[in-house]
Amino acid sequence: MAPAENPAFWPLTLIVFLPALVAAGLSLPIFPKAREEIIRWITFATTAIVFLLSLWVAVPQFFGTAGAGQFVVGQPEMQGVVKLPWIESFGIEYLLGVDGISLPLVVLTTFISMLAIAASWPIKKHVKAYHVLFLLLETGMLGVFVSLDFFLFYVFWEVMLLPMYFLIGVWGGPRREYAAIKFFLYTLFGSVLMLIAILMLYFTSDVRLLSDEQLIATHVVQPAVAAQEISSIRSAESAIHTFNLMALAAVGQLPNSPFAATTVWLGMSLETWAFLLLLIGFVIKVPVVPVHTWLPDAHVEAPTPISMILAGVLLKLGGYGILRICYPICPGAGLSLAWLVCGLGVVSMVYGAFAALAQTDFKRMVAYSSVSHMGYVMLGLGVWSAVGGQEYRWDFWAQGVNGAMFQMLAHGISSAGMFFMVGVLYDRVHHRNLNEFGGIFSKMPVYSGLAIAVFFAGLGLPGLCGFIGEVLVTLSSWNYSRMLAVISAFTVILTAAYILWAIQRVYLGAEYRGPHEDALKPITPRELSIATPLVFLAILFGVAPQILFQYVTPSVNQQVETLANWTRDVHDGARKMIVAEAEQKLSDGHDVARGVQSMSDEIASRWAQD
Amino acid sequence: MTPELNAGTLLNDLFIDTVSISVPLFRPELCFVATIVLLLLCRMLPLLRYVDSGGIALGGVCFAAWFAYVDFIGIGNQVGESLLSTSAMRQELFGGLLVFDSFTAFLRLVLAGFLILYIILTKLSGIPDREDGADFYSLVLGSSLGMCLMVSANNLLMVFMAVEMASVPSYVLAGMLKGRPASSEAALKYAVYGAGTAGVMLYGISLISGVLGTLVFPDISVEISRVLAAGGTSGSTMVLCLGGLMLSVGLAFKLSAVPFHFWCPDVFEGAAAEVGAFLSVASKAAAVALLVRVAFAFSMPESGAAVGMSGNLAALADSRHFVVYVIGLLAAVTCTFGNLAAYGQTNMKRLLAYSTIAHAGYLMMAVAAAVAMVTISPEGARDAVTAVAFYLATYLFMNLGAFGIVALLRNRLKSEEISAYAGLIRVNPGVVVAMAVVLVSLIGLPPLAGFVAKFLVFSSLVDAITTGAESPLMLSLLAIGGLNTVISLFYYLRVLKVMTFDPIPEDRVSEPFPFVSISGAMITGLVIPVVVFGVFWSGLYAAAHLAGAIAS
Repeated sequence: MAPAENPAFWPLTLIVFLPALVAAGLSLPIFPKAREEIIRWITFATTAIVFLLSLWVAVPQFFGTAGAGQFVVGQPEMQGVVKLPWIESFGIEYLLGVDGISLPLVVLTTFISMLAIAASWPIKKHVKAYHVLFLLLETGMLGVFVSLDFFLFYVFWEVMLLPMYFLIGVWGGPRREYAAIKFFLYTLFGSVLMLIAILMLYFTSDVRLLSDEQLIATHVVQPAVAAQEISSIRSAESAIHTFNLMALAAVGQLPNSPFAATTVWLGMSLETWAFLLLLIGFVIKVPVVPVHTWLPDAHVEAPTPISMILAGVLLKLGGYGILRICYPICPGAGLSLAWLVCGLGVVSMVYGAFAALAQTDFKRMVAYSSVSHMGYVMLGLGVWSAVGGQEYRWDFWAQGVNGAMFQMLAHGISSAGMFFMVGVLYDRVHHRNLNEFGGIFSKMPVYSGLAIAVFFAGLGLPGLCGFIGEVLVTLSSWNYSRMLAVISAFTVILTAAYILWAIQRVYLGAEYRGPHEDALKPITPRELSIATPLVFLAILFGVAPQILFQYVTPSVNQQVETLANWTRDVHDGARKMIVAEAEQKLSDGHDVARGVQSMSDEIASRWAQD
Repeated sequence: MTPELNAGTLLNDLFIDTVSISVPLFRPELCFVATIVLLLLCRMLPLLRYVDSGGIALGGVCFAAWFAYVDFIGIGNQVGESLLSTSAMRQELFGGLLVFDSFTAFLRLVLAGFLILYIILTKLSGIPDREDGADFYSLVLGSSLGMCLMVSANNLLMVFMAVEMASVPSYVLAGMLKGRPASSEAALKYAVYGAGTAGVMLYGISLISGVLGTLVFPDISVEISRVLAAGGTSGSTMVLCLGGLMLSVGLAFKLSAVPFHFWCPDVFEGAAAEVGAFLSVASKAAAVALLVRVAFAFSMPESGAAVGMSGNLAALADSRHFVVYVIGLLAAVTCTFGNLAAYGQTNMKRLLAYSTIAHAGYLMMAVAAAVAMVTISPEGARDAVTAVAFYLATYLFMNLGAFGIVALLRNRLKSEEISAYAGLIRVNPGVVVAMAVVLVSLIGLPPLAGFVAKFLVFSSLVDAITTGAESPLMLSLLAIGGLNTVISLFYYLRVLKVMTFDPIPEDRVSEPFPFVSISGAMITGLVIPVVVFGVFWSGLYAAAHLAGAIAS
């Protein structure tokens, strides 16, 4: 389909590539390096336009239009799908689309990017290079959220690394080089594992296994020429591999899934290996204990706007990857390794909270709070409670995944806000020692009020955005494992402890105890204009979570329901069949006692084989 | 073959074979020869002494590239018509000493294309100077001629001759910087190593020919399967293994594979950066191509002869197993060692030397995968050879770019130490961005060409794993390759770190060249393909896929 024919082509393409395009323009030598103010405004305008574009897609009613390429709320399927051939010999496509899972994250990304550029005004060093790299980073982040082709996804995933490396390494704090290389190394390690998993899945996949309806639903074939393309797929003699994420998911959920049937190494199936490799790649980004150690370093050394991006967007990529890729493509491994994902989540939650309690560096404390909060996301994604006794109830599970999604979005707002608030103080007094603050409230009352609101949102106070996600995740995990639910509920106390203690040491108290006391000027209008939207959204999403849930829930529920049905039909279907056969024998048999005996024998022997 | 041996008909047949079949497909090589003669002639005649030797060389190489291009397009059309039948594409030249097929055509095009860029680069960077020009270019062309023969070798004797023909001029090239002890040392070291390994290789070839009674590639697999299937004396198997290992010593030297890599860092450090570029790109490409040819000769059943020889085919599996393991183990060791050793380097050329060693390792992984799949999945083997060809084509731009930047910076900074590049971004952002693109591509990050090359290598390994061709070895190669990618990040990024993060040293002698210049345009011209082939690689892949047809 030519670009012009598909009205959805331009919105998503522009959202992703406009920043890169502007970056390319800015980097041209003809652009005067000295005109820093112009570069700042051009970059800000770009991020603002991209934000507006994403809003245009997400909230058509703001713009009074309902054109093609705009999102229809409540419809769970992929929308605005753009499909163009890219590398035909590998079946790699330029395949973009959004659904209720990715769209809110796209809007979050564009929003936080815009605020981060506004927060970049204090950056004085190499302004041009900074903004060019920032825009490239934005392209990478948005590309990951909208790509539906695994190769394309991987390309965008890696495109983020280099700009981030330089943004931390050049504009960071004293130990910036160490932090930058550590970030790069951890992520690259994860992405190499991911690449291996991608290749394994690709070479085992075969779209010929899918039904005609599935081929159309997963956008393997163009709807316009479906019959023709399907017939060519049907007549193919050898396997047709695919990078299409939706098709891979459909193949992975088949009863005769080739991923589950292939044994790779150590007697474990390809599905399990792929799940593990992908999971490692994603949890490094989340990050999860024990691969979280890059995060505190990167956060502490990164400049404030980059910390906002790191916490607000980059961490979400991991959670998004698990939800979008790991579970749908490798459901069998997801089910059998649910304990691993949940366990990692709870460990991070508790560890992050205790570590945050122990910090004296304000920013490091906020960084560890991110580890703790992202633990909730992991727990929510992991609860595979589709089996409740004999029933396949997916509503508890869906509650957890919805909670995890909400937690990601809420954390995007609150953590970006917290890092910004720390940055405002750091810009003035140039230190972050928690024990050398105090009395900020009396010196900067407006700032302190906003900051405390943001920190309370992070704490998870009811009525603010942090509460909803945590409570949903905790409730749903009760059905999966009571112990994990209890632990995660208790973690809230730890969270409250470190946040309240930090607020007490920084904002309250009689007097300021650190250096540069005279620099504590009230908040500037620019800072106020960044902080206010964050606080506003933190309150809005806390009071009216429905605003986000109307996007998230349909898509999440559909995916969870599909996977729950998969658990019932495919995973447990085999066992059901044994029971049904035995029951049949029982009713046919003359000797009831013998029938019962044979049935239990049969079950015992077949289960032993399992 | 006719029983009566008439000298007249023999000569006639030879004439027909040479003139009507071989020579038309040998035009690029003839262009090299003619250019060499022209260069040397110009030196002799006083009037022509003022003709620029670089210009002559460039002209000759352009002709060669044109012919190579025509041949490649021709074979492409031929393949298109004959629906991928391999027999139509294989053309033995000069009585079976050389073979012309799509692989030859592709790599000859790569070599000729490289030479065009290379000669322009040397004109810009000023090595060789006017005095040495004729010598330098005739040596380069002579060596390239040897490389073209390596690429198309079809006979073990030809293998030896081609390797020597490519090596001997490079020994002289390494010592080109007269009056520099390091350069002379490099040349001597290179020559001694080269002579030693050549001797071992020749001995290996004689052992193999003694057991098999043939030197011709298509016959080797037949003879091996016959010898192995016959059970033979254990002595003949032993001698074959020994011969194979000795042959691989000579190839490993050309590939700078561990443990025959010791010459590489010293030569690269001692010789001019331009010579390093030549050795790391052209010499490596030819060596890898030769490895593919030799490995296939020892493992690929000859399609015509294999009929009705199923027992012998099974015997060939042992030979294939041996070849795969030798190449695979060399690849693993080479890749890991190269990356680990590069970590400690302070000299940019030395670092790039270890980087080329590591990349030879990645390339050999794909060769191992190709050999492993050659009977189980010919399509997979073809894809693996495609990966090799693609890798070599992109490697040309990456490494020529890297060495080109090193050479041009050397002219201004008078140093090739990494520390001399400190803070270059403040003075000359264009060069640093170009270097960043090249180095990041060497790491293998998208959206650059180096990533695609690595992606193809890894995908051929995964393909081998999923088809069950030597899975355990391929799995470990995949793991080692992945781990090495992460390790390599350190040292490539360190160069970028020095260029961008570090402050400008106070004792810097002169400013680097302005990026808006011919040199800058040259660098840009080398870097743009690295980006373009990283995003739009369909065309290059199709060409490489054509070259890979030798495997199916």
